[in-house]
Amino acid sequence: MSKQKQEVEWVDENNERVDGRKVDELRETKMEVGVLEEADGSAMVEVGNTRVIASVFGPQDLHPAHLQESDRAVIKMRYNMAPFSVDDRMQPGPNRRAKEIGLVAKRALEPALELEQFPTAGIDISMEVIESDGGTRATGITAASLALADAGMPMKGLVSSCAAGVVGDHVVLDVNGKEDKEGNADIPIATINGGGDVSLLQMDGDLTQEQVEECVALAKEGCADLHEQQREALLRTYGGEE
Amino acid sequence: MKLNTDTIKEMAEDGERLDGRDLDEYREVKVEQDYIPTTAQGSAKVSIGDTQVIVGISFDVESPYPDRPNSGTIVTNAELAPMADREFESGPPQEAGVELARVVDRGIRESEAIDLEALCIEEGEKVYTAFIDVHILNNDGNLLDASALGAIAALRDGYVPAYDEEEDELDHDKVGMDKIPMNKVPVTATGRKIGDTIVWDTDREEEEALGARLTVTVTEEDQVVAMQKGGRETMTEEDISQVIEGAKKQTKKFRNLLGE
Repeated sequence: MSKQKQEVEWVDENNERVDGRKVDELRETKMEVGVLEEADGSAMVEVGNTRVIASVFGPQDLHPAHLQESDRAVIKMRYNMAPFSVDDRMQPGPNRRAKEIGLVAKRALEPALELEQFPTAGIDISMEVIESDGGTRATGITAASLALADAGMPMKGLVSSCAAGVVGDHVVLDVNGKEDKEGNADIPIATINGGGDVSLLQMDGDLTQEQVEECVALAKEGCADLHEQQREALLRTYGGEE
Repeated sequence: MKLNTDTIKEMAEDGERLDGRDLDEYREVKVEQDYIPTTAQGSAKVSIGDTQVIVGISFDVESPYPDRPNSGTIVTNAELAPMADREFESGPPQEAGVELARVVDRGIRESEAIDLEALCIEEGEKVYTAFIDVHILNNDGNLLDASALGAIAALRDGYVPAYDEEEDELDHDKVGMDKIPMNKVPVTATGRKIGDTIVWDTDREEEEALGARLTVTVTEEDQVVAMQKGGRETMTEEDISQVIEGAKKQTKKFRNLLGE
């Protein structure tokens, strides 16, 4: 890229970010459960301009048998970006980034699932990014957790995921595509039931320990907010008492 | 469920279907253009009953083919996402995905739907490539009609981003042409022969009972521009004529949805 790095005013005098949000504000988020018919469970989550559809098949028979675990279900996780989900078309097919995201997303969800109730079974989860503006893995994890709930998978809790990052000198919640590309750092985390158990953490950037701690604390708040929205989305579909 | 195969065949002979539709009756068809507003350069979501397909258009700048130095190019790709169907596998496109992409591509290419010469930037050097990416989200049958309709709806929704000569790349923040240059509107319908009866818009269950299918793409002038026969069984001349005749009728309804 030959583009010169421009000085961006990441947070202006009104405490507003490039897209008008406050530093501790999530993007507008929409969640819908049960968007697909064939899958056992599904959900679509939109965070700003980022949209991910997640699906679950299973728990079901797992083949070939050597992949089975005798004491728990095994998750197969797919993360995929549709070619039209980015400005410069993405070559179809899984690349190394997608594989790694599939792995960390699986690890983010596992601690919340009662996998030991389904020895030797397999659970197929996929996350299809159909439009991206930063935060696709976090949005995918949030959607996958809803899809698991929609599939009736026994769970210890819902998993919610979002990132906090540093742009300029500001710690901000839920970095968008521009903030992610041009900012200093991005730390996606996932928590279980909106609490303190962190099941995903990645970071790239250049930060002090204090900044890292501030990001994690802020992202945790964001996850708690998302958790509430996940609960509401499930209640909208399945009803029941608060 | 294969269980219903015999029932489906018997009912078709009597002009009936499991879900109560007429033999030539489509499920509800919905077209939502501009479904991917920020990253695609044209998009549509099409649903036919529970079948859901998203098509996104992207552009890139490439060298033209040496034998057509002043023509842009088209690339069509289809992803049968594993979420769409328990039977779909992850990985490179399998036969079904490749066939789907090629049938969609053929209708657009052979009708010269896109004015490829208008996509030439510099003869022999640089032309636009239009990528048509079909993404199947949910398979409840008739993927061919849904995908082809999605492709033409997305193309008609699209624009061509500006080419920045200095940077030698596309400038996604600027519009080069506010519409994708189009000549024709090819629309596709598939007739399926179950037993001795032609059935339209088969769902997933009916497709398991399917003997043979014939996919026909026609233009607004009812010119036939592409066909594909599929399925294990054979068709007669009469079947073929009947499907072409039916396709002309069925595609008229699709054209209304496209706002023609």
